[in-house]
Amino acid sequence: MKFDRRTALKGMLGGGAVSVALPYLDCFLNTNGTALAATGAPLPIRFGTWFWGCGLTPGRWIPQKIGAGYDMGPELKPLDAFKDRLSIFSGFKANTDGKGAVPHYTGSMSIMTGAPPKGQGMVEAPTFDTMVADTIGGQSRFRSLEVTATGNPSDSNSRRSSAVINASEPSPLAFYTRIFGPEFKDPNAADFKPDPKVMVRKSALSAIKDQRDALLSEVGVADRVRLDEYFTSIRQLEQQLDIQLQKPAPLEACKVPGQPGATKVGTQIEDVIANHKLMAGLMAQALACNQTQVFNVMFGDATSSLRKAGNTTTHHQLTHEEPIDEKSGVQPEATYFVERIVEGLQTMLVAMDSVREGDGTLLDHMLLLAYSECSFAKVHSLESIPMIVAGRANGKIRSGLHIDGNGDPVTRVGLTIQQVLGVPVSSWGAGSMQTSKSVTEIMV
Amino acid sequence: MNFTRTLAAACGALTLLVLPSCGDPAPQSSGGPTTVRRVTKDQYAAIIGDVFGTDIKIQGRFDPDVRESGLLAIGTSHVSVTPSSLEQYDSIARGIAGQVVDEQHRAQLFGCKPAAANAPDDACAGQFLGEVGRQLYRRPLTPAELKAQVGVANAAATSLGSFYDGIATSLAIMLESPRFLFREEIAEPDPDHAGQMHLTAWSKATRLSFFLWNTTPDDELLAAAESGALNTQSGLKQQVDRMLASPRMKSGVRAFFSDMLGFDAMATLAKDPEVYPKFTPVLIGDAQEQTLRTLTDQLLTRNGDYRDIFTTRHTFLTPLLGAIYRVPVDARTGWEAHDFPDGDPHAGIQTEVSFLALHSHPGRSSSTLRGKAVREILLCQQVPTPPANVNFAIVQDTKNASLRTARDRLTAHRTQPTCAGCHKIIDPIGLSLENFDGLGGYRTQENGAAIDASGELDAAKFEGAAGLGKTLHDDPAATACLVNRLYGYGAGRAAVTGEAEWVKYLQARFAADGYRLPDLMRTIATSDAFYKISAPGKPEGTTQAEAASPNGGKS
Repeated sequence: MKFDRRTALKGMLGGGAVSVALPYLDCFLNTNGTALAATGAPLPIRFGTWFWGCGLTPGRWIPQKIGAGYDMGPELKPLDAFKDRLSIFSGFKANTDGKGAVPHYTGSMSIMTGAPPKGQGMVEAPTFDTMVADTIGGQSRFRSLEVTATGNPSDSNSRRSSAVINASEPSPLAFYTRIFGPEFKDPNAADFKPDPKVMVRKSALSAIKDQRDALLSEVGVADRVRLDEYFTSIRQLEQQLDIQLQKPAPLEACKVPGQPGATKVGTQIEDVIANHKLMAGLMAQALACNQTQVFNVMFGDATSSLRKAGNTTTHHQLTHEEPIDEKSGVQPEATYFVERIVEGLQTMLVAMDSVREGDGTLLDHMLLLAYSECSFAKVHSLESIPMIVAGRANGKIRSGLHIDGNGDPVTRVGLTIQQVLGVPVSSWGAGSMQTSKSVTEIMV
Repeated sequence: MNFTRTLAAACGALTLLVLPSCGDPAPQSSGGPTTVRRVTKDQYAAIIGDVFGTDIKIQGRFDPDVRESGLLAIGTSHVSVTPSSLEQYDSIARGIAGQVVDEQHRAQLFGCKPAAANAPDDACAGQFLGEVGRQLYRRPLTPAELKAQVGVANAAATSLGSFYDGIATSLAIMLESPRFLFREEIAEPDPDHAGQMHLTAWSKATRLSFFLWNTTPDDELLAAAESGALNTQSGLKQQVDRMLASPRMKSGVRAFFSDMLGFDAMATLAKDPEVYPKFTPVLIGDAQEQTLRTLTDQLLTRNGDYRDIFTTRHTFLTPLLGAIYRVPVDARTGWEAHDFPDGDPHAGIQTEVSFLALHSHPGRSSSTLRGKAVREILLCQQVPTPPANVNFAIVQDTKNASLRTARDRLTAHRTQPTCAGCHKIIDPIGLSLENFDGLGGYRTQENGAAIDASGELDAAKFEGAAGLGKTLHDDPAATACLVNRLYGYGAGRAAVTGEAEWVKYLQARFAADGYRLPDLMRTIATSDAFYKISAPGKPEGTTQAEAASPNGGKS
C-alpha cells in the first residue's frame, strides 16, 4: 500500500482529526482535486449573470469565423486571454410577438424570462437565475446575491415576478457587510460554537410559520401567491440560521477579505469601475466561502447611465444622439463606454480566475452569462443581442466557440444553461420563443 | 357645475337639520377588491415613531417600492418580500427590539415590571406584547396570537436568562410578521346594505389612517373601530373631522405628493458636478422640501385652490436654494417664506428646482423629459414608449454649430416621421421650460443663442413657464388627475370600471368645493364607496370562477 501525504490526510479527515497543523493546499480535496475529500461531494457548481446596458456596436464584436478558433472582434479584445474559456453567441434574437418592444427591457427580459415583457417592469415569467438558484442554491447561506455597480438597488434583473424583485446591493461596503459582517461563520475557523441567540431566533421563527395557513386562507389568489413568497423567504431565513448553527466544512479557497471602506457610489464611470472591481473580488470570495452559488451583477443599468465627469451626456443618450463617425464607423463617445464595459467583464473574469480551487480556479467551476438588452442601442435592435458564456461549469460545457444563432430565439441559450446546471426543463420560453432546441455544441 | 354646487350646498345645510334623511347625491359605486399592501419605508418609520418614540433608530435597507398606475401606493398592493428583503426586515426588527428593551427605554415603554429580570413573566409579557401588538397589527391580537407571542418571549427568556431579551425576541418576530409588514384588508357583509360587502371596522380604520396620516391608527381611531362607532355615518364623520384637523395631516399630504410627484427618484438623482457645481444631495433635499412646503402651505394652511399650485409665487427657500433662484436668503433662519414678484419667471411648482432638476439629464435640461412629466405626472396621460428598431437617423448633436438650442435639435429630431407622432405631443410642453437649465437655474441663452420659450399643450399656445402654469391651471385634466391619483392612493389600486361614475362625481364635487384638497379628502374618507368591497381579495383579471363569492359582483 502506497502511503503518501494525501492518503494520510484523507485518513485523518475521515477519522475526524481536523486540527492537524498542515498546509491547507489540496488537503480538503480528493486525489483528483474535483471533489471534497470529507464528503466525496463534487465541488459546487456556480451560476452568475453579468449585465450591461446599451449593447455593442454591430460589426465590431461578432467574430467572422463560426465554431472553434474564432477571431475576437475589436470590442471584445480585452477578453482575449479568456478566449478558450468562453463562448460567444451571436445571431440570437428576441421576438416581441406583437406585444411591442419596451426599449432597453424587452431584450434582457426575453433572455432571462423566455417571454417578451408586457411593459416596463411587467414580466410574464420568472428570470431563470431564480430557477437555477432553486436547483443548486439550497446548500449555501444565500440562495442568490445581487449587486449593482451604479448604486441604485432597484437596478436588478433578477425577479420571480413583476413584483418580486431581488434588489441589488448598491455599494461594496453594504455588500461586504451582508456577507462577511458579524453573522459570517468562517469555514476555516479553528473553533466553532453555535450561538445560543441564533438558536433562539430560529425557534422563534416558527411563530411566524404557524400563521401561514390562516393568513393564506383570508386572501384572494393573487395575494396568496405574494404572501406565499413571503413564507418562502421565511424558510430561507430559517435555513440561513440553520447553516450558522452547524460547523461549516472547511474550504481551502475561502480567504475572508478585508472590509472595504465607504466608496463614492454613482453613475460616473470611474466610480462604477472602482466599485465593480471591489464587488467582483467580494463576489469571488462569497462563492469560494460557499455563501452563495448563484449571483447577478449589474455593471450598468439598462438605459446605461454611465457618464464621464464633466460631460453632459450619458452613455445611453450618446448611443441615440451621437453621429456615426464616417471614417471609423463608430460612435466615438459611446464607444468609450463600450470599452470600459468590456474591461469590466474582463475584471470579473480575472477576479473569478484568481481564486484557486481544486484542480483549477473558480472560473472553471462556474458558468457565467454576460448579456445586454439590445445589440445596437441607437435603434434598440433586438436582433443579435450579445451574449457571452464564460467558465467551464465543472467540465459540463465546451468553450472556445462562436455560436451563430442564425435568427433563432435567445431562449435557446437560457434553455441550454438551465439544462447544464441541472434544472429539469426540456422546453422553455413562450410564444414564438418557445424552444426545446438546446445549443448542443456547448454541451458535453 | 353650478347645479352640483347648489346641490352640495343644499345638502350641507340639510345635514345640520335632518341628518339621516339627507340622501347622498353620490352615484352608486361597485366598490373594488380588498388589497394587501406592503408597508412602505416611510410608513414603517412613522409607525415605529408613533409606537416606540422617534428616538428609536431604524437601521437597514428597505426594498425599493414599485410604481404602478402612476403610484408607489398602488405598487404596494403587488409587491412581496424576497429572501434578501426579509433578511433586512429581520435585522431592522432586531435592532428596534433591542432598543425598545434597553435600560434607557424600558422604563418609559413598559407599563409593568417582571417579577425577576432573569426569568419569564407571563403577566408582564402578555401586557406589553398585547398593547404593542394592537398598534402594530392595527387590531387586537387574537388570544392564540398573544399566547404564541408570550410563548416565544418565555422560551427565549429561559434560554437567554433575561426577561427583556425574551421580549425583544418576541417583538422582533412581531415586527417581521406578515401581519405587520402587510396591511391586509378584510371584508364583511354590510349590515346597512343587504347583499353588499364593506371593510371591517379595523380595516376601515387602517385604510383611513394611512390615507390621511400615512401611519398606523392612533388609540382613538382604534377605539372607534372597537366600539363599532366607525361603522356609523356620524362616528366615521367625527373621526374624519378629527383627523383632518390634526397636524398629522401634513405628513399625510406630504406622503401623497411625494408619491405622485415621483420624489422617490430624488434619492438617486445625480448631476454632473462640473456642469452644475451647485448640485449637492443637500440641495436636492431642500428642493424636495421646498415643493412639499409650497404644497402644504397652499393646500392645507391656506386651504387654497389646487389649481393655484401651478401659478403660485409664494414659496419657501433655504440659502442653498437661494443660490439657484438668485434670491438672498438669511442663512441664520434656515427656511424663509418668499414671494416672487409679478413678472418673475418663477411661478408654480413646475418652475421649482425639484421638478426641473428631476426631469432633466445629468448634464443638461430635457424638453422631452419635462414634457413627458407634465403629461404623465400632472395630467395622468400615458405617453407611449418609443418603437423598437427605429433608426434615429436625425440626431441631436450638442456640438453642431447650426443646432445650438434644444429647440433646434428637437426640431431636427422630429422631422423623422416615426418619432414625430409622440415628440410633437411632448416636446412643445417642455420647450416652454427651456429658460431653466438642467438644475433649474434661470437662463435666457443656450450656447450663445437666445432661447425661444414658446410652448404648446394640446390646443393651447403659450409663452414660457408662466404660460404653461396658466394653461395647467385651466386644464380640467389637471384636477381630474389629482382626483384619480388621490383615490388610487387611498384605495391602493386604480379605480375599477364600476367606480367610474363615482370618480366622476368626486371630480364634480372637487370643482364645486373650489378645488379644496381637504374637502376632497373628506368626501372620499366619509363616503360608503371608499370602503365598499366588490369581491374580497379578488382583484381584476382573476377568472370568474375565482372571483365568484357569495356577494361578489351584485352591486
